[in-house]
Amino acid sequence: MKNIFHRYGDYGDREAAGGENTHHDTSNEWPLWEVFIRSKAGLDHKHAGSLHAADANMAIENARDVYTRRMEGVSIWVVESKYVHASDPADAEMLYEPANDKIYRHPTFYNLPDELKHM
Amino acid sequence: MATDPKDNTTLQLLHFTLQMADNALINGHRLSEWCGHGPVLEQDIALSNIALDHIGQARSLYQYAASICNGINSENRQHLFASTSLNQKISKGEMIDEDDLAYLRDAWDFRNVLLVEQPNTDWAFTVARSFYFDSFNFLFLSVLQNSSDSTIAAIAEKSLKEVNYHLRWSSEWIIRLGDGTTESHQRIQDALNDRWCFTGELFQATDADVAMNAQGVGVDISMIKQQWLEQIQSVLNEATLSLPTGVWMQEGGKQTRHSEHLGYLLAEMQFMQRAYPHMQW
Repeated sequence: MKNIFHRYGDYGDREAAGGENTHHDTSNEWPLWEVFIRSKAGLDHKHAGSLHAADANMAIENARDVYTRRMEGVSIWVVESKYVHASDPADAEMLYEPANDKIYRHPTFYNLPDELKHM
Repeated sequence: MATDPKDNTTLQLLHFTLQMADNALINGHRLSEWCGHGPVLEQDIALSNIALDHIGQARSLYQYAASICNGINSENRQHLFASTSLNQKISKGEMIDEDDLAYLRDAWDFRNVLLVEQPNTDWAFTVARSFYFDSFNFLFLSVLQNSSDSTIAAIAEKSLKEVNYHLRWSSEWIIRLGDGTTESHQRIQDALNDRWCFTGELFQATDADVAMNAQGVGVDISMIKQQWLEQIQSVLNEATLSLPTGVWMQEGGKQTRHSEHLGYLLAEMQFMQRAYPHMQW
């Protein structure tokens, strides 16, 4: 009985069937990948989400299946999440607040001609 | 039933189209059974996508098959099928459509190969079945896109793009499992050995295959067998697996003689339309 549920079934089935609740061990899990999708030629790749995959090929294929099946993209980038370095949320005050009172850094003090649409 | 050779050609074209349509539908339905049960979310979605590709191919082929049926004169049309529900509709003089062919035929009117109706069993058995079938389907459609029948050629060309991906998916899983752990290696080898006896039928030409090949519509399937073997062999080599050696082959699906599994599959798939005819959702 236990063996069947080990082979085939939803997460939780084994426990529901009275099987052992095994300790969740992440060492056997596939690594996490960040997915970037370009929606059409000329635009930039935008972060779409993340997924698990065993290797880069599989990550691209999984990304194709998970993020582009409704025609969202024409190009995919993947990068293993561990290679993405992030700023520390605790540093937010130091990093971002000094910009708050420096509106002169925005080029909003120029008179723009009406013909310029996309500034 | 049909004595006019032209009618006979039409009948063979119908059977030929149904062989392909039934392969697509039954394979698609089997794969769809993984939806919500995949080992990981990403592969659950991948299999559901592949299942939907097959259902899409089945739809195109059933639409064509239905138009062939509807073009046959009303007397001969009575004798095309041995399924009561479908025949009731035909005998009333009604035109049939893709849904009628999918939902109102009984197992003995289905022409898919036995391979695709075999149960999923586990991940390895599912991958093995897909690998054998995708390898065949890819080679078959590659030739079929040059069919003299423009509808068949167009469906083949469109399907080939999808099947190209299916073959990549199943081949990579063969390699991943074969060249993975001791357990995954053993289990995929067992699955390949077990399903091997259903591969002979892929290359067995029915009357419809022979007639359509002669017309330039179909494919000489004996010609692609060698390519299929080479393709299978090269993937298995990379996966450190061995080509099964069994020589006895099971057959019958293409002649509408099926394993017990098809009846259960159809019972589940057709229940709603049989119990609540014309129901939509």
